[in-house]
Amino acid sequence: MAQLTLEKLNKRYGDAAQVIKAIDLQVNSGEFVVIVGPSGCGKSTLLRMIAGLEDISGGNMYIDGTRVNDDTPSERGIGMVFQSYALYPHMSVYENMAFGLQLAKLPKDEIARRVEESARILQLEPLLQRRPKDLSGGQRQRVAIGRAIAREPKLFLFDEPLSNLDAALRVQMRMEIAALHRRLKSTIIYVTHDQVEAMTLAQRIVVLNRGNVEQVGTPLELYDHPANEFVAQFIGSPKMNLLPGTLVSAGDTESVVRLWHGKQLTVPIATPASAEGTKVKLGIRPEHIEWGTVADAPYLADVLFVEHMGNETYHYLDSGNLGEPWVVRNSRRSDIAAGETVGYSLPPEHCHLFDETGKAFARRATGNGAGRVPGIDAPPITFAEPMRTNVVH
Amino acid sequence: MKLTRQQRALGAKFWIYLAALVVSMICVFPFYNAILTSLRTGQDLFLTSYLPTTFHWENYVNALGENGVGRSLLNSFLVATVTVGICLLVSITAAFALARVRFRGRKYILFTILCVSMFPQVAVLSGMFELVRFLGLYDSIGSLILSYTTFSLPFTVWVLTTFMRSLPVELEEAAIVDGASLWVIITKVFAPIMGPSLVTTGLLAFIGAWNEFMFALTFIISNENRTVPVAIGMLQGASQYELPWGHIMAASVVVTIPIIVLVLIFQKRIVSGLTAGAVKG
Repeated sequence: MAQLTLEKLNKRYGDAAQVIKAIDLQVNSGEFVVIVGPSGCGKSTLLRMIAGLEDISGGNMYIDGTRVNDDTPSERGIGMVFQSYALYPHMSVYENMAFGLQLAKLPKDEIARRVEESARILQLEPLLQRRPKDLSGGQRQRVAIGRAIAREPKLFLFDEPLSNLDAALRVQMRMEIAALHRRLKSTIIYVTHDQVEAMTLAQRIVVLNRGNVEQVGTPLELYDHPANEFVAQFIGSPKMNLLPGTLVSAGDTESVVRLWHGKQLTVPIATPASAEGTKVKLGIRPEHIEWGTVADAPYLADVLFVEHMGNETYHYLDSGNLGEPWVVRNSRRSDIAAGETVGYSLPPEHCHLFDETGKAFARRATGNGAGRVPGIDAPPITFAEPMRTNVVH
Repeated sequence: MKLTRQQRALGAKFWIYLAALVVSMICVFPFYNAILTSLRTGQDLFLTSYLPTTFHWENYVNALGENGVGRSLLNSFLVATVTVGICLLVSITAAFALARVRFRGRKYILFTILCVSMFPQVAVLSGMFELVRFLGLYDSIGSLILSYTTFSLPFTVWVLTTFMRSLPVELEEAAIVDGASLWVIITKVFAPIMGPSLVTTGLLAFIGAWNEFMFALTFIISNENRTVPVAIGMLQGASQYELPWGHIMAASVVVTIPIIVLVLIFQKRIVSGLTAGAVKG
């Protein structure tokens, strides 16, 4: 249970590449923080710097207020779970978990107590005398976690621990890790490239891109109020659609955007007057686009192709002047086929607006799907019966 | 008539076993003949019978006791064991540096090591002799330990470096997180995992040191410091014109047995794959 503070943390290799750029971060005691980002964004490097496996080139790192830049990993009191488990193959499960404690020269009965306690928490008791090669993937992962728990660290570090497991096991281990955190109430820093893992596990998410922190916030904050285009597109699957347009009139509560095809849309987003007339991008998530009839709906598009997932359907729409298609996600089955023309609308309360540099304008709506947004007088938007969609029960 | 699948498989098996039998007979025959001869004395030595005719153990007693082969055996043991010990210690630490520590010129060092192991012994014999004289090791078994270690090291370093490179880096990092020092990582984590390759290279170094003849002949002059291969070569009969075949064969058999025992003891370690289960598999 410890607090971690990063102050202008830097990492550079040689003179050229700076992989971590002045990161400030505060992780509170008992908090579960997930660092997420695309491959090569520096998230593993950052975690290894926190662990003490990589040197810190600049800035300060504090654990519980003590500067630990020059401490070794064991002096920092961290427990780490590696992507490939990294169990000692020649030792039994018990010896694997006891190794660090023996090196710390703890008394024998204390070692036994701690190993048995962690084995009990993770239900590893029947496996204590086995070798890693006789364990399944999930069991190995649990042993790796157990090895970290037995050290009773101040800080747990997870480096993509689930990426070697198959899909079903991943979901199960995800729940086990969440349950473990509820139980141990320990400070956890967890690195992943999988935004689903980040959304489901984290109390707070740190989105990292090219060595910069793009945004820090709770999962729903990131979903509802992404700070910029990158976060908007990284969180959520399939990713947010971005439609080009121009800001026609700015305002504190409402702004008017003229979209690429000339139609105007009023959205509950605050924009400064100085932005008037500039190019903007309107963002909307695939699950928020609504179908309308060809006759009534404000926008029309051709369907390029359709993906049926069973529980949901993805429609890819021709975005016209853009290279990549827009995606519409429906939780219902649909019989819309590729090649058809459909009508759709963009509910203003679900829209995001980004300026030319990709920075988001402040949304006035929470976009929680309730439809009505406090403080906005516009009537709830209603549409005709969804056209050509079948509800299959 | 067309053969069934089963009959053809049986036929293939027959040929495999026949070939294996021929190869093993060729391999084992010299040793068998040595045993046979070592059990004969006098005129029996020149019998052409390939079955044991007499069982005389005097050859063994004479060879070990009277001709100083027993003493040479001890010398050989000492030389080979110390050589293997130094070799493994130096090469596992060198392998760690060459496989895991990044430094300038690492590639060239590895290449140089490979080149050195290609030199024939004769080419460095005179140079080695000067070195031995300079260090004051002439006519002591230290000279042999020095020269055997020099010749075994390139091979052991090369093999262990290759093996250590294949070990996952995360294993080392896990040990660092557990608070292990460099020495603990090498001895408690890497060495047990590398057991099979340590045994294999150690055994090869042992056999090399055990069998070596030329350095042993050149650097040792006194009887009591000789190693076994030279001692056997120096066995003499009653007269200048007589070769004591019985004694020579008895000594040869005695010399071969330790190697066979070592291989039998370690054969499981040599073939076992201990790394299984370290990482995802």
